Amino acid sequence: MNKNIKLIGDGLVKNNPTFVLLLGMCPTLATTTSAINGMSMGLATLFVLVLSNMAISAISPLVPDKVHIPVYIVVIATFVTLLQFLMQAFTPAMYETLGLFIPLIVVNCIVLGRAEAFANKNGVIASACDGLGVGLGFTLALTVLGLVRELLGSGSAFGFNLIGGHDGMLAFVMAPGAFICLGYLLVLFNKIFKR
Amino acid sequence: MAAKSTLPNMVLCLGVTCLLCSAILGVAYAVTEKPIREAAAAKTSRSIGEVLPAFTSVEEITDGDVTYFKAMADDALVGYAIRSTVSGFGGPLTLLVGITADGKVYNTTVLSHSETPGLGAKCTSDQKFMAQWKGLDPSVATLSVKKDGGSIDAITASTITSRAYTQAVANALDTFRSINAPEPVSTEPGISIDLSGDGTVAPIIINSGV
Amino acid sequence: MEYFLIIISAIFVNNIVLAQFLGICPFLGVSNKLSTATGMSLAVCFVITLATLVTYLLNMYLLVPLKIEFLQTIAFILVIAALVQMVEIVLKKVSPSLYQALGIFLPLITTNCAVLGVAITVVTKEFAFVPGGTLNLAQALVYAVATALGYGLAMVIFAGIREQLALNDVPKAFKGVPIALISVGILALAFMGFSGIV
Repeated sequence: MNKNIKLIGDGLVKNNPTFVLLLGMCPTLATTTSAINGMSMGLATLFVLVLSNMAISAISPLVPDKVHIPVYIVVIATFVTLLQFLMQAFTPAMYETLGLFIPLIVVNCIVLGRAEAFANKNGVIASACDGLGVGLGFTLALTVLGLVRELLGSGSAFGFNLIGGHDGMLAFVMAPGAFICLGYLLVLFNKIFKR
Repeated sequence: MAAKSTLPNMVLCLGVTCLLCSAILGVAYAVTEKPIREAAAAKTSRSIGEVLPAFTSVEEITDGDVTYFKAMADDALVGYAIRSTVSGFGGPLTLLVGITADGKVYNTTVLSHSETPGLGAKCTSDQKFMAQWKGLDPSVATLSVKKDGGSIDAITASTITSRAYTQAVANALDTFRSINAPEPVSTEPGISIDLSGDGTVAPIIINSGV
Repeated sequence: MEYFLIIISAIFVNNIVLAQFLGICPFLGVSNKLSTATGMSLAVCFVITLATLVTYLLNMYLLVPLKIEFLQTIAFILVIAALVQMVEIVLKKVSPSLYQALGIFLPLITTNCAVLGVAITVVTKEFAFVPGGTLNLAQALVYAVATALGYGLAMVIFAGIREQLALNDVPKAFKGVPIALISVGILALAFMGFSGIV
């Protein structure tokens, strides 16, 4: 049991997909125009990550080595499409906001990376915990980046306006702000955790 | 640990995975299809509700490239909600423009846009900009922004978006006219009514909008 | 005229890396040297064009008539993965020199979201400057090539910047990816000047 809790903790800090492994940059930069958007993208990825990790760890003994990548991709794509259906049905507005980046979870290197590095060697429960940890780490990173960009760019946090009728620094909600904010967050993370 | 990588094994494995996954998705699609359609329909009818007065039934009509909704209250025509797409600052800007039967704009709403956040994107939140479309009478107003000599107040620092928005409304009005134009406009003598009461017959001017 | 607009929009205004955030991982990964950056750009250009052609036809003649558009994601990614494999095999046989130049980049391309991103974009997105809103096959191909050129442009410019950056003394915490990201941000700021011209 302790081992599983440790797996979740590892995903959050030690193996944090964004700040340490530098994976999944595209959705990280594109969808973090606000804290809510970043968090939704993180949770969407978490959903796919946990389910695909579990499914892949269950079927991996049956899959011949040479075709394992295509098989994993098909499994991941299935869960992504499932997620698309659910979001279209129950959160259509968020589905529209995140747009292209929901189907693109298929090619998010985090998902295939965890399948390759962890799920095909470990049990279903451990893989689920690993998926949960890494997914939460990704969600955390996206929420923080989204929050910073929202604070600087539109002067609000989670949709609550903090600066009244004034405008924020618009560049931060646009493309350049994404790169610059992530760059500085990485510097901060390096300073704190890497010495 | 893994099964042997012989050709039959590999083909079988890939084939079974693909079949199984397609089957799962087929079932999932059948289950979620109804909620997805309902969600889309709810969004459309909410948008139509925003741009037109109360109605009881609505009919979607597609005519070539234009899509519009004809809203009826019982048997009377309430108006049309016309979808209009133009090129904005950052990409396509799609509006739904509600036009009542008398040819006035009732209200407008943005269906989708990719304008700059905080600048052009204000066309969905700027109260002053949005309010000026309510009840706009095209026979009185000139449909272009003030900078171009029209009567529309542009959003500050977003003239291109404002121009595009204005163009989209103008296009919708054109569509409205072409919807109305083919209907025979009665101008035959005999329906003229004595309005002034002094015996002279003034013909009713029907604004066919041409 | 619309071809011209498609090209300008895809290369400069909506640059795939600097405005649409697609293909960032290889963009950061192989932009250390100008020569590898050029090789990667060529490989991406090749695969994006081919993948767009195949997925566009697949969508139009198989998925839409059978009303199974919901399998789009899964079908597209399988086609792209198979295509990359095939390109690799064919290239090895037909042109070993080209294979040597592009070969090492090909396996990386399957998980390059730019390829899947463009394939999905051309069949779903509405373009205001194209009559009817959706791209036809020729326009889709032009869009794909132009997007890939935009990718190459961003990649080559950035590789040039990075080669200069490597010669500078950067604070320890900024070394590597952080300073690279901040530089891309400034480059993206420059590309914002193109917005609104289409």
